[in-house]
Amino acid sequence: MQQVMAVDPKKNRITEQIDENLKLVYEGLLKEQVPDRFKQLLAQLKAKERGE
Amino acid sequence: MKSAVQKTEPHGCASGTAMDPRDEIITYLPRLRAFGISLTGNFAAADDLVQDTIVKAWSNIDKFQPGTNMQAWLFTILRNTFYSDRRKHRREVPDPDGLHAASLFELPAHDGKLAFKDFHRAFLQLSAEHREVLILVGASGFSTEETAAMIGIAVGTVKSRTSRARKRLAELMGLEREQVTSLADIGTQAVMSRSGLSLV
Repeated sequence: MQQVMAVDPKKNRITEQIDENLKLVYEGLLKEQVPDRFKQLLAQLKAKERGE
Repeated sequence: MKSAVQKTEPHGCASGTAMDPRDEIITYLPRLRAFGISLTGNFAAADDLVQDTIVKAWSNIDKFQPGTNMQAWLFTILRNTFYSDRRKHRREVPDPDGLHAASLFELPAHDGKLAFKDFHRAFLQLSAEHREVLILVGASGFSTEETAAMIGIAVGTVKSRTSRARKRLAELMGLEREQVTSLADIGTQAVMSRSGLSLV
Protein backbone atom coordinates (compact mmCIF):
# COMPACT_ATOMS: atom_id res chain seq x y z
CA MET A 1 0.00 0.00 0.00
CA GLN A 2 1.22 3.46 -0.70
CA GLN A 3 2.32 5.69 2.11
CA VAL A 4 0.64 9.05 2.07
CA MET A 5 2.89 11.90 3.16
CA ALA A 6 5.61 11.33 5.70
CA VAL A 7 3.13 10.70 8.47
CA ASP A 8 3.33 7.31 10.07
CA PRO A 9 -0.22 6.15 10.60
CA LYS A 10 0.82 4.11 13.62
CA LYS A 11 1.98 7.16 15.53
CA ASN A 12 -1.09 9.11 14.63
CA ARG A 13 -3.21 6.27 15.80
CA ILE A 14 -1.68 6.41 19.27
CA THR A 15 -2.38 10.11 19.60
CA GLU A 16 -5.88 9.64 18.27
CA GLN A 17 -6.55 6.80 20.65
CA ILE A 18 -5.24 8.78 23.58
CA ASP A 19 -7.48 11.70 22.76
CA GLU A 20 -10.41 9.41 22.10
CA ASN A 21 -9.95 7.80 25.50
CA LEU A 22 -9.52 11.16 27.19
CA LYS A 23 -12.85 12.22 25.78
CA LEU A 24 -14.40 8.98 27.00
CA VAL A 25 -13.04 9.58 30.49
CA TYR A 26 -14.35 13.12 30.52
CA GLU A 27 -17.72 12.28 28.99
CA GLY A 28 -18.15 9.44 31.45
CA LEU A 29 -17.56 11.87 34.28
CA LEU A 30 -19.97 14.39 32.80
CA LYS A 31 -22.74 11.83 32.92
CA GLU A 32 -22.27 11.41 36.65
CA GLN A 33 -25.14 12.56 38.78
CA VAL A 34 -24.20 15.84 40.45
CA PRO A 35 -24.90 15.66 44.19
CA ASP A 36 -27.90 17.70 45.31
CA ARG A 37 -25.78 19.47 47.89
CA PHE A 38 -24.39 21.79 45.24
CA LYS A 39 -27.78 22.89 44.07
CA GLN A 40 -28.81 23.35 47.68
CA LEU A 41 -25.67 25.38 48.34
CA LEU A 42 -26.45 27.68 45.43
CA ALA A 43 -30.02 28.08 46.64
CA GLN A 44 -28.78 28.88 50.14
CA LEU A 45 -26.31 31.46 48.88
CA LYS A 46 -29.06 33.11 46.90
CA ALA A 47 -31.55 33.05 49.76
CA LYS A 48 -28.99 34.46 52.17
CA GLU A 49 -28.29 37.37 49.90
CA ARG A 50 -31.96 38.16 49.43
CA GLY A 51 -32.44 38.18 53.15
CA GLU A 52 -29.72 40.77 53.63
CA MET B 1 -43.92 30.20 48.29
CA LYS B 2 -42.75 33.31 46.59
CA SER B 3 -43.42 34.04 43.01
CA ALA B 4 -41.10 32.29 40.63
CA VAL B 5 -40.97 35.34 38.44
CA GLN B 6 -37.42 36.48 38.14
CA LYS B 7 -36.73 39.79 39.79
CA THR B 8 -34.21 42.21 38.48
CA GLU B 9 -31.29 42.33 40.81
CA PRO B 10 -30.99 45.76 42.40
CA HIS B 11 -27.29 45.92 41.69
CA GLY B 12 -27.53 44.38 38.24
CA CYS B 13 -26.31 46.58 35.45
CA ALA B 14 -29.07 48.68 33.97
CA SER B 15 -27.93 48.18 30.42
CA GLY B 16 -27.32 44.80 28.90
CA THR B 17 -28.05 41.66 30.84
CA ALA B 18 -30.16 42.15 33.89
CA MET B 19 -29.66 38.50 34.72
CA ASP B 20 -27.33 37.55 37.50
CA PRO B 21 -24.46 35.62 35.89
CA ARG B 22 -24.39 33.49 39.02
CA ASP B 23 -27.60 31.87 37.88
CA GLU B 24 -25.51 30.18 35.22
CA ILE B 25 -23.19 28.47 37.68
CA ILE B 26 -25.60 25.59 38.06
CA THR B 27 -25.25 24.67 34.40
CA TYR B 28 -21.50 24.19 34.81
CA LEU B 29 -21.67 21.86 37.79
CA PRO B 30 -21.25 18.60 35.84
CA ARG B 31 -18.23 20.02 34.01
CA LEU B 32 -16.71 21.45 37.18
CA ARG B 33 -17.09 18.13 38.90
CA ALA B 34 -15.65 16.20 35.97
CA PHE B 35 -12.64 18.51 35.94
CA GLY B 36 -12.31 18.21 39.71
CA ILE B 37 -12.33 14.42 39.57
CA SER B 38 -9.76 14.49 36.78
CA LEU B 39 -7.48 16.66 38.86
CA THR B 40 -7.85 14.92 42.19
CA GLY B 41 -8.58 11.37 41.04
CA ASN B 42 -10.91 11.23 43.98
CA PHE B 43 -14.62 11.89 44.26
CA ALA B 44 -14.71 13.21 47.82
CA ALA B 45 -11.83 15.60 47.19
CA ALA B 46 -13.44 16.71 43.94
CA ASP B 47 -16.72 17.46 45.68
CA ASP B 48 -14.94 19.58 48.27
CA LEU B 49 -13.23 21.45 45.45
CA VAL B 50 -16.51 22.04 43.64
CA GLN B 51 -18.08 23.31 46.85
CA ASP B 52 -15.22 25.75 47.47
CA THR B 53 -15.38 26.84 43.84
CA ILE B 54 -19.09 27.60 44.09
CA VAL B 55 -18.63 29.70 47.21
CA LYS B 56 -15.65 31.59 45.77
CA ALA B 57 -17.38 32.19 42.46
CA TRP B 58 -20.49 33.40 44.24
CA SER B 59 -18.71 35.95 46.38
CA ASN B 60 -16.28 37.07 43.68
CA ILE B 61 -18.74 37.43 40.84
CA ASP B 62 -17.74 41.09 40.48
CA LYS B 63 -14.42 39.79 39.14
CA PHE B 64 -16.15 37.90 36.38
CA GLN B 65 -16.28 39.89 33.18
CA PRO B 66 -19.68 39.45 31.55
CA GLY B 67 -19.40 38.18 28.03
CA THR B 68 -16.28 36.15 28.77
CA ASN B 69 -16.18 32.40 29.12
CA MET B 70 -17.73 31.52 32.43
CA GLN B 71 -16.65 27.91 32.23
CA ALA B 72 -13.03 29.01 31.91
CA TRP B 73 -13.47 31.37 34.84
CA LEU B 74 -14.95 28.65 37.04
CA PHE B 75 -12.33 26.10 35.97
CA THR B 76 -9.62 28.61 36.84
CA ILE B 77 -11.04 29.05 40.34
CA LEU B 78 -11.25 25.29 40.77
CA ARG B 79 -7.71 24.54 39.63
CA ASN B 80 -6.24 27.44 41.61
CA THR B 81 -8.02 26.14 44.69
CA PHE B 82 -6.73 22.65 44.01
CA TYR B 83 -3.10 23.74 43.72
CA SER B 84 -3.24 26.06 46.70
CA ASP B 85 -4.80 23.31 48.86
CA ARG B 86 -2.13 20.93 47.68
CA ARG B 87 0.62 23.35 48.65
CA LYS B 88 -0.96 23.73 52.06
CA HIS B 89 -1.44 20.07 52.75
CA ARG B 90 1.42 18.64 50.75
CA ARG B 91 -0.87 15.79 50.04
CA GLU B 92 -0.05 13.50 47.18
CA VAL B 93 -2.87 12.60 44.86
CA PRO B 94 -4.26 10.35 43.62
CA ASP B 95 -4.54 6.78 44.72
CA PRO B 96 -5.35 4.72 41.65
CA ASP B 97 -5.78 1.49 43.56
CA GLY B 98 -8.02 3.01 46.12
CA LEU B 99 -10.06 4.87 43.59
CA HIS B 100 -13.55 3.57 43.97
CA ALA B 101 -14.34 5.39 40.80
CA ALA B 102 -12.82 2.52 38.89
CA SER B 103 -16.17 0.88 38.28
CA LEU B 104 -17.41 4.18 36.99
CA PHE B 105 -15.11 3.91 34.09
CA GLU B 106 -16.52 0.61 32.97
CA LEU B 107 -17.97 1.92 29.80
CA PRO B 108 -19.62 -0.03 27.06
CA ALA B 109 -17.44 -1.30 24.27
CA HIS B 110 -15.97 1.42 22.14
CA ASP B 111 -13.88 1.69 19.03
CA GLY B 112 -10.61 2.53 20.75
CA LYS B 113 -7.97 -0.12 20.56
CA LEU B 114 -6.49 0.70 23.92
CA ALA B 115 -7.98 -1.08 26.88
CA PHE B 116 -9.92 1.58 28.64
CA LYS B 117 -9.10 0.32 32.10
CA ASP B 118 -5.40 0.43 31.35
CA PHE B 119 -5.87 3.88 30.00
CA HIS B 120 -7.68 5.02 33.10
CA ARG B 121 -5.04 3.56 35.37
CA ALA B 122 -2.27 5.19 33.39
CA PHE B 123 -4.12 8.49 33.38
CA LEU B 124 -4.27 8.49 37.18
CA GLN B 125 -0.54 7.85 37.36
CA LEU B 126 0.17 11.09 35.58
CA SER B 127 0.97 14.20 37.56
CA ALA B 128 -1.95 16.52 38.20
CA GLU B 129 -0.30 19.04 35.88
CA HIS B 130 -0.32 16.52 33.05
CA ARG B 131 -3.87 15.41 33.70
CA GLU B 132 -4.91 19.02 33.76
CA VAL B 133 -3.62 19.92 30.30
CA LEU B 134 -4.84 16.68 28.79
CA ILE B 135 -8.36 17.22 30.09
CA LEU B 136 -8.46 20.90 29.21
CA VAL B 137 -6.96 20.60 25.73
CA GLY B 138 -7.65 17.00 24.83
CA ALA B 139 -11.09 16.40 26.28
CA SER B 140 -12.98 19.51 27.25
CA GLY B 141 -12.20 21.37 24.07
CA PHE B 142 -10.39 24.45 25.36
CA SER B 143 -7.91 26.00 22.97
CA THR B 144 -4.25 26.12 23.94
CA GLU B 145 -4.66 29.90 24.33
CA GLU B 146 -7.57 29.52 26.73
CA THR B 147 -5.74 26.81 28.63
CA ALA B 148 -2.63 28.98 28.89
CA ALA B 149 -4.70 31.80 30.34
CA MET B 150 -6.41 29.50 32.82
CA ILE B 151 -3.20 27.92 34.07
CA GLY B 152 -1.25 31.15 33.88
CA ILE B 153 1.53 29.85 31.65
CA ALA B 154 2.72 30.55 28.12
CA VAL B 155 0.99 28.99 25.13
CA GLY B 156 4.23 27.26 24.18
CA THR B 157 4.41 25.72 27.64
CA VAL B 158 0.89 24.37 27.26
CA LYS B 159 1.87 22.78 23.97
CA SER B 160 5.05 21.18 25.25
CA ARG B 161 3.37 20.06 28.45
CA THR B 162 0.51 18.50 26.49
CA SER B 163 2.85 16.60 24.24
CA ARG B 164 4.92 15.38 27.17
CA ALA B 165 1.74 14.30 28.94
CA ARG B 166 0.57 12.32 25.90
CA LYS B 167 3.96 10.72 25.61
CA ARG B 168 4.08 9.82 29.28
CA LEU B 169 0.59 8.39 29.08
CA ALA B 170 1.58 6.20 26.17
CA GLU B 171 4.63 5.02 28.08
CA LEU B 172 2.55 4.18 31.12
CA MET B 173 0.24 2.14 28.95
CA GLY B 174 3.20 0.17 27.79
CA LEU B 175 3.02 1.22 24.21
CA GLU B 176 6.20 0.66 22.32
CA ARG B 177 8.78 3.20 23.32
CA GLU B 178 9.86 3.65 19.73
CA GLN B 179 6.32 4.30 18.70
CA VAL B 180 5.89 6.77 21.45
CA THR B 181 9.07 8.70 21.08
CA SER B 182 8.65 8.79 17.37
CA LEU B 183 5.55 10.83 17.93
CA ALA B 184 8.10 13.59 18.05
CA ASP B 185 9.46 13.00 14.59
CA ILE B 186 6.34 12.84 12.56
CA GLY B 187 6.18 15.65 10.06
CA THR B 188 6.05 18.13 12.86
CA GLN B 189 4.31 20.85 10.91
CA ALA B 190 1.52 18.50 9.96
CA VAL B 191 0.98 17.53 13.55
CA MET B 192 1.21 21.05 14.82
CA SER B 193 -1.41 22.33 12.48
CA ARG B 194 -3.62 19.36 13.09
CA SER B 195 -3.68 19.09 16.84
CA GLY B 196 -1.66 21.95 18.20
CA LEU B 197 1.12 19.60 19.20
CA SER B 198 4.56 21.05 19.37
CA LEU B 199 7.47 19.00 20.45
CA VAL B 200 10.67 20.30 21.90
